[in-house]
Amino acid sequence: MEMGFTTAAYVVAAILFILSLGGLSGQESAKRAIWYGIVGMALAVVATLFGPGSGNWLLSVIMIAAGGAVGWVVAKRVQMTEMPQLVAAMHSLVGLAAVFVGLNAQLEMGRVVRAMANGTAEGFRGFAEVLTHKTPAELNMLQIEVFLGVFIGAVTFTGSIVAFGKLAGRISGTPKKLPGGHLLNAAAAAGSLILGLLYCADIGPGMLWLLLIMLLAFFIGWHLIMGIGGADMPVVVSMLNSYSGWAAAAIGFTLSNDLLIVTGALVGSSGAILSYIMCKAMNRNFVSVILGGFGGETGPAAAIEGEQIAIDADGVAAALNEADSVIIVPGYGMAVAQAQGAVSELTRKLRAAGKEVRFAIHPVAGRLPGHMNVLLAEAKVPYDIVLEMDEINEDFPSTDVVIIIGSNDIVNPAAQDDPNSPIAGMPVLEVWKAKQVFVSKRGQGTGYSGIENPLFFKDNTRMFYGDAKDSVNKLLPMID
Amino acid sequence: MKIGALKETQEGEARVAVTPSSAAHLQKLGHEVFVQSGAGIAAGFSDDAYRNAGVTVEKTAAALTKAVDVVAKVRAPSEAEIKRMHDGQTLISFFYPAQNQQLLELAKDQGVTTIAMDMVPRISRAQKMDALSSMANIAGYRAVIEAANNFGRFFTGQVTAAGKVPPAKVLVVGAGVAGLAAIGAAVSLGAQVYAFDVRPEVAEQIESMGAEFVYLDFEETQTDGAATGGYAAPSSPEFREKQLEKFRELAPQMDIVITTALIPGRDAPKLWTKDMVEAMKTGSVIVDLAAERGGNCDLTVPDQRIVTDNGVVIIGYTDFPSRMGAQSSELYGNNIRHFMADLTPKKDGVIAHNMEDDVIRGATVTHDHEITYPPPPPKIAAIAAQKPKEKKKELTPEERRAAEAAAFKAETRSQLMLLGGGGILLLLVGLVAPASFMSHFIVFVLACFVGFRVIWNVAHSLHTPLMAITNAISSIIILGALMQIGSGSWLVVILAALAVLMAGVNIFGGFMVTRRMLAMFQKS
Repeated sequence: MEMGFTTAAYVVAAILFILSLGGLSGQESAKRAIWYGIVGMALAVVATLFGPGSGNWLLSVIMIAAGGAVGWVVAKRVQMTEMPQLVAAMHSLVGLAAVFVGLNAQLEMGRVVRAMANGTAEGFRGFAEVLTHKTPAELNMLQIEVFLGVFIGAVTFTGSIVAFGKLAGRISGTPKKLPGGHLLNAAAAAGSLILGLLYCADIGPGMLWLLLIMLLAFFIGWHLIMGIGGADMPVVVSMLNSYSGWAAAAIGFTLSNDLLIVTGALVGSSGAILSYIMCKAMNRNFVSVILGGFGGETGPAAAIEGEQIAIDADGVAAALNEADSVIIVPGYGMAVAQAQGAVSELTRKLRAAGKEVRFAIHPVAGRLPGHMNVLLAEAKVPYDIVLEMDEINEDFPSTDVVIIIGSNDIVNPAAQDDPNSPIAGMPVLEVWKAKQVFVSKRGQGTGYSGIENPLFFKDNTRMFYGDAKDSVNKLLPMID
Repeated sequence: MKIGALKETQEGEARVAVTPSSAAHLQKLGHEVFVQSGAGIAAGFSDDAYRNAGVTVEKTAAALTKAVDVVAKVRAPSEAEIKRMHDGQTLISFFYPAQNQQLLELAKDQGVTTIAMDMVPRISRAQKMDALSSMANIAGYRAVIEAANNFGRFFTGQVTAAGKVPPAKVLVVGAGVAGLAAIGAAVSLGAQVYAFDVRPEVAEQIESMGAEFVYLDFEETQTDGAATGGYAAPSSPEFREKQLEKFRELAPQMDIVITTALIPGRDAPKLWTKDMVEAMKTGSVIVDLAAERGGNCDLTVPDQRIVTDNGVVIIGYTDFPSRMGAQSSELYGNNIRHFMADLTPKKDGVIAHNMEDDVIRGATVTHDHEITYPPPPPKIAAIAAQKPKEKKKELTPEERRAAEAAAFKAETRSQLMLLGGGGILLLLVGLVAPASFMSHFIVFVLACFVGFRVIWNVAHSLHTPLMAITNAISSIIILGALMQIGSGSWLVVILAALAVLMAGVNIFGGFMVTRRMLAMFQKS
């Protein structure tokens, strides 16, 4: 096939990718959008496989088939609550692939340069052939791109693995740092920069430098994400998403492949915007999230008066039976307890009784942007009663009952009332304005940020202790 | 201590400061209660009723004044009544110290401690002794009853076999306690009630009573009632004009007009002018609750019921509470006894005149041979200042245009700066980078731009599918691996093959989970 045809296929694929992302603006159009993505990807792969400059396509097909089979099985089996870790794991694959492709580029370049020096430039195929046409300046640029691709890819790889471990609960969610903390990161970053300069300036063994850069970047990714707490994972995952895109774009430059550049840029900007939205929702800036943990306290937090009053299932059920309007605020605790099915059943019963039931979703509820929406959708809660914070916050004063299931910081009134609170200024769901608030919670512990929640001490709040799933299941037979 | 109630000297005054039931409460505080013979007759309490309650009945005012330490009255005392009193005695009554300067001097000279019931500050704690409010409540109710009495029609609308009766339209001007009471009474009689007040914050109270608030289209920040102790403040001439204009518009439609507008320490504002009266229908009724202070209506004659040439009845009685003597005596008597309870905190019959107490200090106008009027402002704000409502301010077209222009300018400036900065950066890169790189770079920048535009529109609830799908398409990196897999070097082939494998996992896995997720979203 001709080069022109491949390029044309790339253009079509790029447009399909853009349409695919654009289609996600609504639930219905999203179902079409995914096919745009699939077709675009298929087109790009086929065009490359049969396009000029490729070879060994049998091996390629086998590898794709093998990888595809694994991906298919994993995607089939994964629980919806495990979605955050799956996404993180997949990011690591992209990162590692980018590292490999970058290393390959260096290997090929070394080979080509050596061969050109020996005057045996003819026998090259594929990528190597492209390299033979490059001018020295272009080769220099290429090195910069390889450096960037390998560096970002490596950070993404280890970072995603750590994020995966934290989300899957295999690594403790608390922030951990080696002695030296961010100085260590800075030193590693400076080290890679120096090595990068050495590499680009062709001083010393290029391949060795590149491998060292890779190792340093591995360290940075690992150490950086280890230092970030579990609740900040939405930001981390979207940030890694962004990185995987930038890595792809950098590799695209290396390979002079516009489709890679376009797609990488799309993914990169998508992740960047998601990170921005998540940070905004937590009222924190990106840097402070990346530097990990909550900032130092600015003063003593306001003391909380009163006590937490517990209530049993009968009391909650009675209040629900009397209420006309109910808002449910789910959080990570619902995902942990796998309570979404029970919550959905409760919703169905309440709605059947003619009550208005809605869900209020805080942007950072859960461990992934939009996590709660996906869980509720899995449990067949209709998406038109699942509302965002901005849409529903004004409705709390006119609501009879609010049920909080496994969320804490996102409903903490201290964010508004107490300027000394570590989460002061973070937008929160104003649940305490409702007539009555029930909090389903395992025990009297604090939330992720480790701060007390004055909501639990308010007069109109009752604590409904117990595992979220069991608690909701206990309620079910009592609703009529 | 001994507390005694005088018989009111004002003609037609039916109220009395102590009733048998309030006397019982006073006795519980440790006081001895006296009453002048015949004091309660007009309110329906005979001397025997008092005696049964353990009250000592004194024949004359002089004898009573001599016998007691505290003299209780309803109306402001006459000079003679004060002169009868002596050093150290206490007088409790309405006093209106601002208008009765001479009486004030006299009381001071006599050494009498005077507690003016009309000076009780309007704070939550003092509500139980706020006699003005309890009297105003009665006046408002009575005003409606008087109006109904003089109105030849139903208040409520009815559809009867004999024909349809429209509901009476009632306008209440001034929504203080009296106004709100009038609204309540008129609404419960079935009338269609409109109400007006200069304090915008009472609109909610008016609506809660079932009346319709008459909005004035006037752009002036009205003084919040909270700043003046819950009372209305004088309004600007422009505002007054606008207000009168509105009344003129309403006058022909209204059957009943009840005016209750008073400004503390001033004559009643003239709100219902002659031409408005003339514009009203024959048989309409105006009840002017401000008659005592000159009236809100131009034609009001205090203490009289007049009929104008066009057949509008104007009622200018000043004794509405007195017309319901039993009720108002009972409430006034309770106000007095609550005040006495504050004066005798230990309930041992000893009066401790605590001038540090906001309520006592506020109501005391003479004490220890000194005039203590006007009192310092209370330590507690009367009513919590209303938080300014977050109303979207209506901008004039010019302002809006100016704001838009400013926003546009700021936006242009920031965009220009970004473009300029970006452009310079691009140029710098272009200076050193080879041409082939630049062509790719343009693609990159444009793609970022498109990406930013597209992603902002993604629905929040679809952020997880978005991540899954971007994850899937970021495995486009497979193209790089595919291009390298045909290389001659075995190492490159192995690395590329691994990269293809991983990207393959990602492509299939990513699209698959995205599909699974999206399939779950369903409408109810």
